Amino acid sequence: MKTTTRTAFAVLLGMGALSGAAQAEIRLGASVSATGPAAFLGDPEAKTIEMMVEEINAGGGIDGEEIVLTLYDDGGDPNKARTFATRLIEDDEVVAIIGGSTTGTTISILDMAEDEGIPFISLAGAISIVDPVREYVFKTPHTDRMACEKIFTDMKAQDITKIGMISGTDGFGASMQAECKEVAGDQGIEILADETYGPQDADMTPQLTRIRDTEGVQAVLNPGFGQGPAIVTRNYAQLGFEIPMYQSHGVASNAFIELTGKDAAEGIRLPGTALLIGDLLAEDDPQYKVVTEYTAAYQAKYNEEPSTFAGYAHDAVALLADAIARAGSTEPDAIRDALEETSGFVGTTGTYSFTPEDHLGLDLSAFRMLEIADGGWKQLD
Amino acid sequence: MDALLQFIFSGMTVGAVYALVALGFTIIYNASDVVNFAQGEFVMLGGMITVFAHQAGMPLPLAAAMAVVAAAGGGVALNRLAIEPARSAPVVSLIIITIGASILIRGAARLIFDKQLHRLPSFSGDTPIRIMGATILPQSLWVMGGAVAVFIGLWLFFSRTLTGKAVLATANNRIAAQLVGINTRWIMTLSFGLSAAIGALAGVLVTPITLVSYDVGVALALKGFAAAMLGGMGNPRGALLGGILLGLLESMTAGYLSSQYKDAVAFIVILAVLFVMPQGIFGKKPVERV
Repeated sequence: MKTTTRTAFAVLLGMGALSGAAQAEIRLGASVSATGPAAFLGDPEAKTIEMMVEEINAGGGIDGEEIVLTLYDDGGDPNKARTFATRLIEDDEVVAIIGGSTTGTTISILDMAEDEGIPFISLAGAISIVDPVREYVFKTPHTDRMACEKIFTDMKAQDITKIGMISGTDGFGASMQAECKEVAGDQGIEILADETYGPQDADMTPQLTRIRDTEGVQAVLNPGFGQGPAIVTRNYAQLGFEIPMYQSHGVASNAFIELTGKDAAEGIRLPGTALLIGDLLAEDDPQYKVVTEYTAAYQAKYNEEPSTFAGYAHDAVALLADAIARAGSTEPDAIRDALEETSGFVGTTGTYSFTPEDHLGLDLSAFRMLEIADGGWKQLD
Repeated sequence: MDALLQFIFSGMTVGAVYALVALGFTIIYNASDVVNFAQGEFVMLGGMITVFAHQAGMPLPLAAAMAVVAAAGGGVALNRLAIEPARSAPVVSLIIITIGASILIRGAARLIFDKQLHRLPSFSGDTPIRIMGATILPQSLWVMGGAVAVFIGLWLFFSRTLTGKAVLATANNRIAAQLVGINTRWIMTLSFGLSAAIGALAGVLVTPITLVSYDVGVALALKGFAAAMLGGMGNPRGALLGGILLGLLESMTAGYLSSQYKDAVAFIVILAVLFVMPQGIFGKKPVERV
């Protein structure tokens, strides 16, 4: 009896697969960290991917073919990400994968995608994902190193060459701290004080006092994510610092100003994407259209503002849809080739131009230097 | 000199946060020998409920009072639904039940509220008070005041009231307590409710400084537990001084040694103290009568 049921079930499944193939559809796979410690990245990413696939299908799909999305939640666990990547490729037979909210999960998916020849767009920050270039692997977020370079460029424009750093020991803070220390020398920036704090610490005045008492510090940089930077900034105001403070793109959101308080946040500078300042963009700004349309759609559907990270997912889906349309085919290799030929594609994060040597396709212009003024954002360049 | 004073202020602020959490452990421990690992979640609930009630338009004091009452209700429910049915189980099993409860409360808070960080406005503004070149925020004084007030309240409760002594008697020997007419079920309910209320009060006081989200409870409970162990589990004076001591240790290490080793140094000192005094600084040596 049991065997018959199983056979019947298998036949049904087989028929389902056949009829699916007959309808001609684009199978898209995704594995993001919608829950777990990296949920702040994966949750808005998952929402964005689902929303955009719905939008594309509602608009008639790509060349009349609907996208069928298979989305898994890897919970930030690289082992799960590897399992899901295998399942996406072998069972779900997807033609492209989006995902890897964190560098760890990306590395897991990357090997699978590269071996099986499936184009993969990562949503994680590390430069090692695209350096050295892997044939099938692309990524949409700018790297932490670019954020450091952008901040250091702005510092030098103001004759700041000696700085103090206070970094969170969370994944984001630690990674950016390391990248900034690495590029500081090339940029002519000297790091005189290098302090850290735990992501859940309640008071950072001892570390900041040490930085204040270090001779010659002209500015303070705080790479970090979550409540840490908000508490650092409040302590900074409490101690009455008179030198400028720089934050990272990790806190580029209105929530940061809210948590910190308008007065303490005044004058803070940080690199952010166009997505954050949609309402400040000039109408002739190349990113105006894509940013305002995406923000409006996301807000209408989820009743919250899309984060910078949500923008990474938006760009990944948009890039893939564009590549599939240009390839005129759903063969993974054709999609990969079309993706690599992408040139001047405007996303929420920046303008992408991939080449065989560059699978990130962004330059420093993707970041905009912002300053907090009167509880809102002001664009500096 | 002003740097030293700044480190002391920082240590006192952080220490008072730890002390408030540590004080919450005392009552349940005294009533049942159970270390309630859901204590951090009560702190989180206090902060979260106040934030959301305040956002909904409720005045801050009313929102805070509601949060404390709601958390106390949660504490009573935890006792009635999870601890009491397993009363004959060994203490270790009960402690594991509280760990399970903490995971459940955290998950529920994530669904009921949200995953974002929130902050309450400071009670007396954000203008720092300057003393000899060092600064302290008025909210820090609220937290320290709260910790001292809860400590005095608990001390009076355990040493001056009949109910407080009944709690101690219940912990000491449940059957003997019942024989002299103590309603031990009621004592357990009371102690869980009070502990949760103290936790929630801590949450209300510290949220303007530490911010709150559904998952802050774990780290707070860990530090509060460490403070309580250092001072002597079950002793309100130990909880208060253990918390302040832990905070000062962290800030002095961060200030004079290196912020990288802040937590490590604090825990090494705790280990060293517990090697010499396994009951903590103010803990009583257990005396077994034969």
